[in-house]
Amino acid sequence: MSHFLDNLTYFTRKRPETFSEGHGITTGESRDWERAYRGRWSHDKVVRSTHGVNCTGSCSWKIYVKGGLVTWETQQTDYPRTRTDLPNHEPRGCSRGASYSWYLYSSARLKYPMIRSQLLKSWRSLREQHTDPVVAWQHLVEDESVTSAYKAARGLGGMVRGEWDEVNEIIVAANVYTAKKYGPDRVIGFSPIPAMSMVSYAAGSRYLSLIGGVCMSFYDWYCDLPPSSPQVWGEQTDVPESADWYNSNYIIAWGSNVPQTRTPDAHFFTEVRYKGTKTVAVTPDYSEVAKLSDSWVPARQGTDAAVAMAMGHVILKEFYVDGHSDYFSNYVRQYSDMPFLVMLEKRDGHWVPGRTLRASDFPGALQHERNPDWKPVVFDAGSRQVVVPNGTIGARWGDQGKWNLEEKDQLDGREIKPLLSFLDQSDEVLPVAFPYFGNQEHDQDIFAHSDHDSILNRKVPVKNLELAEGAVKAVTVYDLMLANYGLDRGLDDPNVAQSYDDDVPYTPAWQEKITGVKREQIIQIAREFADTADKTRGRSMVILGAAINHWYNMDMTYRGIMNMLIMCGCVGQSGGGWAHYVGQEKLRPQTGWLPLAFGLDWHRPPRQMNSTSFFYNHSNQWRYEKLELDEILSPLAERSAWENQSLIDCNVRAERMGWLPSAPQLEENPLELAKKAKAAGVSSADYVVGRLKDGSLRMSCQAPDDPRNFPRNLFIWRSNLLGSSGKGHEYMLKHLLGTKNGVLGKDLGQTGGQKPSEVEWVEQDTEGKLDLVVTLDFRMSTTCVYSDIVLPSSTWYEKNDLNTSDMHPFIHPLSRAVDPAWESRSDWDIYKRLAKVYADLCVGHLGTETDIVALPILHDTPAELGQPLDVKDWKKGECDPIPGKTMPSYIEVVRDYPDTYKKFTSLGPLMSKVGNGGKGIAWNTEDEVRLLGDLNRRVTDEGVSQGLPRIESDIDAAEVVLSLAPETNGQVAVKAWQALGKITGRDHTHLALPKHDEKIRFRDIQAQPRKIISSPTWSGLEDEHVSYNAGYTNVHELIPWRTLTGRQQFYQDHAWMRDFGESLCVYKPPINTKTVKPVIDEIGQGGKQVVLNWITPHQKWGIHSTYSENLLLLTLSRGGPCVWMSEIDAAKIGCEDNDWIELYNTNGAIAARAVVSQRVPEGMVMMYHAQEKIINTPISQITGHRGGIHNSVTRAVVKPTHMIGGYAQLAYGFNYYGTVGSNRDEFVVVRKLEKVEWHVTTADSAEEAAA
Amino acid sequence: MANYINQFFFGIYPYLALTVFFLGSLLRYDRDQYTWKASSSQLLSKKDMRVGSNLFHIGIIMLFFGHLFGLLTPHWAYHFAISAGTKQVLAMTAGGIFGLMCLVGMVLLIRRRILDPRIRATSQPADLPILLILFVQLVLGLLTIPYSAQHLDGSSMLALANWAQHVVTFQGDAASFVAGQAWVFKIHLVLGLTIFLLFPFTRLVHVWSVPVQYLSRSGYQIVRKRA
Repeated sequence: MSHFLDNLTYFTRKRPETFSEGHGITTGESRDWERAYRGRWSHDKVVRSTHGVNCTGSCSWKIYVKGGLVTWETQQTDYPRTRTDLPNHEPRGCSRGASYSWYLYSSARLKYPMIRSQLLKSWRSLREQHTDPVVAWQHLVEDESVTSAYKAARGLGGMVRGEWDEVNEIIVAANVYTAKKYGPDRVIGFSPIPAMSMVSYAAGSRYLSLIGGVCMSFYDWYCDLPPSSPQVWGEQTDVPESADWYNSNYIIAWGSNVPQTRTPDAHFFTEVRYKGTKTVAVTPDYSEVAKLSDSWVPARQGTDAAVAMAMGHVILKEFYVDGHSDYFSNYVRQYSDMPFLVMLEKRDGHWVPGRTLRASDFPGALQHERNPDWKPVVFDAGSRQVVVPNGTIGARWGDQGKWNLEEKDQLDGREIKPLLSFLDQSDEVLPVAFPYFGNQEHDQDIFAHSDHDSILNRKVPVKNLELAEGAVKAVTVYDLMLANYGLDRGLDDPNVAQSYDDDVPYTPAWQEKITGVKREQIIQIAREFADTADKTRGRSMVILGAAINHWYNMDMTYRGIMNMLIMCGCVGQSGGGWAHYVGQEKLRPQTGWLPLAFGLDWHRPPRQMNSTSFFYNHSNQWRYEKLELDEILSPLAERSAWENQSLIDCNVRAERMGWLPSAPQLEENPLELAKKAKAAGVSSADYVVGRLKDGSLRMSCQAPDDPRNFPRNLFIWRSNLLGSSGKGHEYMLKHLLGTKNGVLGKDLGQTGGQKPSEVEWVEQDTEGKLDLVVTLDFRMSTTCVYSDIVLPSSTWYEKNDLNTSDMHPFIHPLSRAVDPAWESRSDWDIYKRLAKVYADLCVGHLGTETDIVALPILHDTPAELGQPLDVKDWKKGECDPIPGKTMPSYIEVVRDYPDTYKKFTSLGPLMSKVGNGGKGIAWNTEDEVRLLGDLNRRVTDEGVSQGLPRIESDIDAAEVVLSLAPETNGQVAVKAWQALGKITGRDHTHLALPKHDEKIRFRDIQAQPRKIISSPTWSGLEDEHVSYNAGYTNVHELIPWRTLTGRQQFYQDHAWMRDFGESLCVYKPPINTKTVKPVIDEIGQGGKQVVLNWITPHQKWGIHSTYSENLLLLTLSRGGPCVWMSEIDAAKIGCEDNDWIELYNTNGAIAARAVVSQRVPEGMVMMYHAQEKIINTPISQITGHRGGIHNSVTRAVVKPTHMIGGYAQLAYGFNYYGTVGSNRDEFVVVRKLEKVEWHVTTADSAEEAAA
Repeated sequence: MANYINQFFFGIYPYLALTVFFLGSLLRYDRDQYTWKASSSQLLSKKDMRVGSNLFHIGIIMLFFGHLFGLLTPHWAYHFAISAGTKQVLAMTAGGIFGLMCLVGMVLLIRRRILDPRIRATSQPADLPILLILFVQLVLGLLTIPYSAQHLDGSSMLALANWAQHVVTFQGDAASFVAGQAWVFKIHLVLGLTIFLLFPFTRLVHVWSVPVQYLSRSGYQIVRKRA
């Protein structure tokens, strides 16, 4: 009763018993106090959830709830067991996930809807005058004094609490007005990584797709997409699960810091070493993975392609030229394009490799009637004839049952053995010219060059063949490859290497100067890697990551590594292959999710945009472009064809030719264009094409500074676009937001640079293009600070959702352990509500409207056979404008805007009518729709959705995904394999039949994570015998890769690939971004500074920006933004550890603390990317504004080869192919920050100061 | 009026302060065990702690017991051994020495609490005020020494001891002993009583729980019986 009275026991207290000869005593004192500690760890319930963050972890966590509050979380340990010969998956999780519950009740938590006060004041006064909210918004947004006031305040605080009903009304009024005035494609939405919370992503994308808005891509924009994967494999990205590392016998971790950035998976990397597997790390810095591995290859950053080329040289010499491996040569003959024939072209006195020979080149098209343009050929060793083998892209879309990798003549099914080399039966030997880029001088000394010629002539055995139009000199890809790698084939070639010690591209000796790696190490590792693969049939693996993918010439590094893997027969073999883990791209139940996410059950097609081109164009980053095509074109390219062209011109041409998507699409409102077409009595497509052709209508990308083409409304959810992933951050602040920014450089108008020829140049550039920025988040991120309206969303412990990863085969739930705190709501509920408000507010403004949606030529559709052989631009009169073939399709979509809510909350009729599918396979879904109707119940309200399955709650939405996807519904999986079997002519259903009756529901995965079912959407299997491994079904089920030849493509024969020198893998040094010279003298003024390469790796104390403002993790690191530099460079500027430093170039400036460490080599500076600007960031003395984020010194630079489309695997796919936002070729000037200022003011005092 | 003020501060206020002191301590001990602690900040910063904290604690503990015995020991209990004058000189000397020790320690601690950013950031609202009050009280105490030196006969000392003894023995006339004393004694007394008043609301409560028993503990490994 009373602690005090309880202590008054002097008279009854016994002497304590003793033990251990009186050294110990046993007391009888009260133990009630222990209850407090027991109570601390007691809880009411445990709920399974995970963290919806882009870390590929997808770890199962126990969330503890006590008194209605989340108290803490611990790792779950109940994963389904692995096979007997594998260690278990668990425990999964890391310190970052373990700190998540801090967010729920922290000061960072968003509790109420927030709105910029200037905007709210104007809105309220206008709303009093106008009863119609859309009219009120019109008055607001058309008054520049109002808009400029709130736009200028973006990023400065001054947000006030709003009411849900009021902010919803503002948002929807803006959306309706924008659609009516400019077109629905001016409403843009950015959300990344659907796999991390699929339903939350789908909520926003479903809303946008139903109203005709645009969903933006992330994977390419983040530069997590390796474009080389679609180039070589026709596959976005497919990788082994981490458990497959345990099956490997040789692992190279190449630019992937496994223990730091793949923490829950790293145990497989260490466990496999107990079996004797050797691990090698290739990283420039002494990173965690370098410390963990057996060997460390400290290759200079950005030069990895040279390492890979030299290793490839060793492998080819020892296992193809001097030595031999049956396994390797059989593998590359059947599974790669090595035996395919390439024609030589004469150009400027050189023989240069041209495109692959096709059936249509030969007399009678080799008797192929269907798609002969798309059937590349091989030379059959037996019949000594040119034949088309099974499995080419032409067969995929023309000859049912012939699209497989059986070594047969497609015409008559005769067994063939394609010849790899003409060496023994050549008609002649010709010197063939290969481009060499390694001699390019770089601005900065750190990137060394060699003095070899730009054109390397090397002898190649040639076969003379008769074509329909005369003779041609043909070579095999194999022979080209060997010549390109500089191997001596006994052809008396003085230009190839006689030994590894010759300084000839691409020998181990040659790379020493460029990479700083000793030749002996290259030879040893390449030899061990290949020898292991030979003996184990492909169990050598490369784990690779962001560090080498974030460079402008990432394709060369990646293809250099892929070449090694394909040469060694590792791809598609257990324990082998290409393990690229960057971004949680693997949305396992993808085909079930797509209809929900993009409203495909109601309208097709949706509007989707590649973000890199979008931001490059619309945040005016192109106006500051310094990279000219001359610098990146191949010395063998026809330069005249590229004169007066700039990077943005290439992008415009790509959009025009239907290669890349557009958003906004056309300079006139598509709703109005459809009306005009109707009035003119022609179809919308004909009308648009006619006006594009006569030039009276432009695409929006041609005039990004014309107000008609501005993106007007931007939704951001599940993302920190402005605090993390925005390359060219300061340009976005300036041109999209119109607020304070740190852009230090001058645009092409001021510098007198070469202006683009396809884009209208406006001298006065535009600022603040966006009328309304709306962000949904659970925390006040940097993006929220820059937004106009912030909506508080549920945390990952407050909503129901789905989560998958490429690192393991399980599907996870996010669960509502507690109700959303304060006034927060789940993403699903927020967008559902917006749909309701939209349906009400649009009346009188938008009714039943016809929209015209531009659709580029998409990968995995028959349209990818659009533009064979050559590049032809209709605008230049080289061909006719044919929608869907030589230009985008223009497709009519009828939207009943007042039905938006009914459509949002039910599964539309197209699922039963048209069915579902993916990757070029289609199947019927009537059974699944019926199941969903029974499960979710059917809509009873009258109207368009009556009788359709309901999608009211987030769990309903999850069930839609789970029921429609083959990965979670065995019945669908069997149907999908059947559908694929028709195309390949082989039976694949045995892969799913054992799981035919398995249907995974949401409550199942809440009980325990469930292993997915094998499906043809992916190239690996999840079964009792193998771990998931990419390309497994290609090799073992003989399903072709979805490429031109149907095989893994060493050779890229598209005209642009050849012009930019990437038809074969070569070494390309980092580009010159030229961002230092214009500012260093002016700003530096002779002070101590040093110029360093800007490296922005993934961090240890956060997942991108998430957790980077989490107090628990801030406590573990430096408590704010920090930048790592070497002791040598620090000494040059007189900087000590923890000093404040400033980093700048023309793009902007950053202020941060220095971490001076021996980990970092001289010449580079590393800033863990995405450290929140809102924490402990002082004022930059250069810009006068707060110190910036890691992207303050970067700018997106697009690459023309990523724009190629309409050409088999080189065709656009959303998050699949397209331009990527690389950022590591950048240099910054580093100096000490002499004055550390904070300028902390309240919004009111800032306003006063401004006034 | 002057009489009333004297009566209030030295006749009534002592009972208010002591009631709050005892009752407050008891309630806090019973109701708020987690706050019953010294709130040591030594983990956060060790600088000046060895010198400052030791000087302060040794000084203040000796001063406390000096006052306790000096004020509450009845005259008859010692007059046969030493005279009041001798006792006063003894008290002035010991008080001066320990007072100076405490003063040095306290200056170090105050400086640390104000200037060390970690200590400042983790301080509770009451931490600095109570430290400053103790400082003022100490300075006042030291200031009494020159006053005492003016009459070394021990009369002031006896008057104050009578006051204290009359207070604790509930004799209503305690205030009258103080009436004629120097102002510095009066302020010192009032502030001293105020410290008793504030005591339960500050970290001073740890005084109650000095682990004296630790010195005579019988075992090194202590195991509790199962409940």
